[in-house]
Amino acid sequence: MSAEHAHPHDDHSDQDHGSHASYLKGFVLSVILTAIPFGLVMAGGFENRTLTALLVMGFAIAQILVHMVFFLHMNGRQEQGWTLLSTIFTVIVVVIMLAGSLWVMYHLNTNMMPQMNHDLQGFGS
Amino acid sequence: MSMTATAVPPGKFWDTEPHHHEEGASTSLGFWIYLMSDCLMFAVLFAVYGVLGANYAAGPGPKDLFDLNLIALNTAMLLFSSITFGFAMLAMGRGDQRGTLRWLAVTLFFGLCFLAIEIYEFRHLIHLGAGPHRSGFLSAFFALVGTHGLHVAFGSIWLVTLMVQITQKGLIAANRRRMACLSMFWHFLDVIWIGVFTFVYLLGMI
Repeated sequence: MSAEHAHPHDDHSDQDHGSHASYLKGFVLSVILTAIPFGLVMAGGFENRTLTALLVMGFAIAQILVHMVFFLHMNGRQEQGWTLLSTIFTVIVVVIMLAGSLWVMYHLNTNMMPQMNHDLQGFGS
Repeated sequence: MSMTATAVPPGKFWDTEPHHHEEGASTSLGFWIYLMSDCLMFAVLFAVYGVLGANYAAGPGPKDLFDLNLIALNTAMLLFSSITFGFAMLAMGRGDQRGTLRWLAVTLFFGLCFLAIEIYEFRHLIHLGAGPHRSGFLSAFFALVGTHGLHVAFGSIWLVTLMVQITQKGLIAANRRRMACLSMFWHFLDVIWIGVFTFVYLLGMI
């Protein structure tokens, strides 16, 4: 509330719109965090494909965090923390949904495959 | 006795009058919650892509279809549009209406470039016979990337609408609020695009 009295012209004064420097910093960081995984994959990646995939995903997570901090100005103070809380809730649901879907469907595939192959062999012969 | 407590007016213990809320004070939180629900929708599409992404149905796979140079260009367009929108917000913070409109126009230009490149890519894929009907992989691909593109298209329409509103009414409180919402929407789409280029394009090409 005190922030609103300090800036009567700004009706969203509890929201930090950032500064020129912070936007530029975020932009430079995003460019770096985009260029490295693109360069890595375009150059063919490492021998170990899992390592390349993990690195690329790590860069993506880092860049998402950079965007959240420098472009979306997320912090624990915004809207008394409700923005952060709703984001954390969403992230948890997203992780459960993605990990759960991939896990269940992977097992379904591996358990169904022999049966399917058997059928296909039956049709083929 | 305990009866004396009831004689005290309830206003001593809780608010009997509704709080005064400034108009639009909760808009940004409400809009953020909308974006989070949008995020859940994208998560479902990502999960579908994760499940169906390897079902090529003896058709073309990511390595046969994707051109990373094009995707890098597309990513650059969206990144540029993100920072120019940031500059538009900063110009608005200074009360600089012409600067705001100029940066919004630059943002719109980059947004339309992104859409043009994406439409070119989709046309190219469909021309190759790799349309959404070809395989589970391509259905999931078009659903995920197409939904993101559709969001950018609607964001661009919103951008034009807001530019007209700012031209007509100036940087009034309502327009500042709309700018704050569109800013969140635009940066959020950029965050979703990070997921798209990582999971669909980069991981597909490894």
